[in-house]
Amino acid sequence: MTSSMEQLYQQVILDHAKSPHGRGLVAVDAAPGHALGESHQVNPTCGDEVTLRVDITAGGAPGAAPVVAGVSWEGQGCSISQASVSVLTDLVTGADLAEVDRVSETFRQLMHARGAGLDPDLEDTLGDATAFTGVAKYPARIKCALLGWAALRDAVVKSGVAIPASTVKEQS
Amino acid sequence: MTGILDQPPVLSGEELAAVRADFPLLVRTLRDGRPLVYLDSGATSQKPDVVLDAEQDFYVQRNAAVHRGAHQLAEEATEAFEQAREQVARFVGVDAGELVWTSNATAGINVVAYAIGNATSGRGGEAARRFALAPGDEIVVTEAEHHANLVPWQELAARTGAVLRWIGVGDDGRLLTDQLASVVTDRTRVLAFTHASNVTGAVTDVAPFVARAREVGALTVLDACQSVPHLPVDLHALGVDFAVFSGHKMLGPTGVGALYGRRELLEAMPPVTTGGSMVEVVTMETTTYAPPPQRFEAGTQMVAQAIGMGAAASYLGELGMPAVAAHETVLAQALLDAVASVPHVRVIGPLDTADRLATVSFAVDGVHAHDVGQVLDDAGVAVRVGHHCAQPLHRRFGVAATARASASVYTTVEEIEVFREALAGVRAFFGLNDERASA
Repeated sequence: MTSSMEQLYQQVILDHAKSPHGRGLVAVDAAPGHALGESHQVNPTCGDEVTLRVDITAGGAPGAAPVVAGVSWEGQGCSISQASVSVLTDLVTGADLAEVDRVSETFRQLMHARGAGLDPDLEDTLGDATAFTGVAKYPARIKCALLGWAALRDAVVKSGVAIPASTVKEQS
Repeated sequence: MTGILDQPPVLSGEELAAVRADFPLLVRTLRDGRPLVYLDSGATSQKPDVVLDAEQDFYVQRNAAVHRGAHQLAEEATEAFEQAREQVARFVGVDAGELVWTSNATAGINVVAYAIGNATSGRGGEAARRFALAPGDEIVVTEAEHHANLVPWQELAARTGAVLRWIGVGDDGRLLTDQLASVVTDRTRVLAFTHASNVTGAVTDVAPFVARAREVGALTVLDACQSVPHLPVDLHALGVDFAVFSGHKMLGPTGVGALYGRRELLEAMPPVTTGGSMVEVVTMETTTYAPPPQRFEAGTQMVAQAIGMGAAASYLGELGMPAVAAHETVLAQALLDAVASVPHVRVIGPLDTADRLATVSFAVDGVHAHDVGQVLDDAGVAVRVGHHCAQPLHRRFGVAATARASASVYTTVEEIEVFREALAGVRAFFGLNDERASA
């Protein structure tokens, strides 16, 4: 086994692929104060797919960004795509939309770093998602890793919840 | 050129070594210096020197616009271009005038589908009326088709009000030919089917399809992309009305393919892409069209690629397609044996080599095809993963994706052994314990 392969399939990824977090769509009623968004994304080159649902609630403090109260998903695909949605679920559950935006963008940067990784401070914000650093060496697999993130972005858009511009500025 | 057909039709070890020496790419190495084991010829084949040289020679010696200009270069370029048409036509048993250059096989199918659509709109006059579809007419395909031989027919049906129906696929991956009697009816106007599946490797018995289509007066359209590179194919003998195949799968360049149409059909068919080079007389109001094949070759053609495809046809012709097919049957058996030797691997397609290409698609229990492909790649083994542009066929077998190992004339049994060893390690890599799983 080459070292590239070991970097690609880090144990964290294999573990998430085996026992994914958040898998199984959770039905959430559109209760007052909750905004729901759902997105179905496919990777047309391999047929991988994911359906991801977000439940967004108002932030705690007045003027604070709304918070992702819950993420659930269903999908089929390779270990990279499935593990990535699992890691995403951990990262964004409980985070406000400004943080979600930042971490999504950081993950995209990681995927385009050709395996070199990112600034350590930045990587710290990614938690288990840093395990995907090696994926960026395999251009064909980057789409696998980004499938769930594309679904998340679209689901948030579909929820109709806007991120207050003031919170984005404040926290970035 | 002669001789090989007088010998038993199988490549000797020496002949195979000589063939491999013709393909410069095969000697390159991959990450960490691993030798390449190229088992993705079903997606695209590698190219021999004669093809690369033919293209280079055209640009170095003869480059000029074809079918126009009276200078010597233009004459030589035109001659080389038309000679290539002759080479390719002869290779599949048809006349040069029946062979239309297309940018690829997909484009060839679209020419037929759009010509039928144009005839339905009244284009092409009286002669083209035989192609016109009426609402309720039927187009029949099969569940095994590559998207290229499915989507254009869905679109044609949507444009014309025709109904799309299809022949199913059996558990063994072979077409359910028995369904021809019920699915093909008096309303069937087009029967489009694959000569060999790019997923299952099953080779279609064309005769009952052609016979049934003739009974009801339907046109037959054969997708010969996978058969022409690997089997002796005589389109006149098969009796189909139209057939398509691509250059790049038969050792030729990308950017070129061929559409065969029976002469009287091509002559009656309205054009599809219109513009320069495909006309007779153009006035500001109206245009008359050139006879086929030029009627279907609007604009500047892919001359160098066509010449390369001609060289590829000649190269295969000199090897002898019976010998190529015999060699690939040995490879098909080796691939089937390799896959069968590894537990928890399921083949999508026939398990014997009768009427079968050396193209074996498979699913590994518990491991997604992409991950299978990645482990094989790490051993230098190139396979295709995904749905291979045949989503309905994968759905038929209850899988989203498979890995596919596909061989060609330059593939060796030793390479298939490297593939087998790598495949044997896949489940263990992903922590799946075969002793326990199989107990």
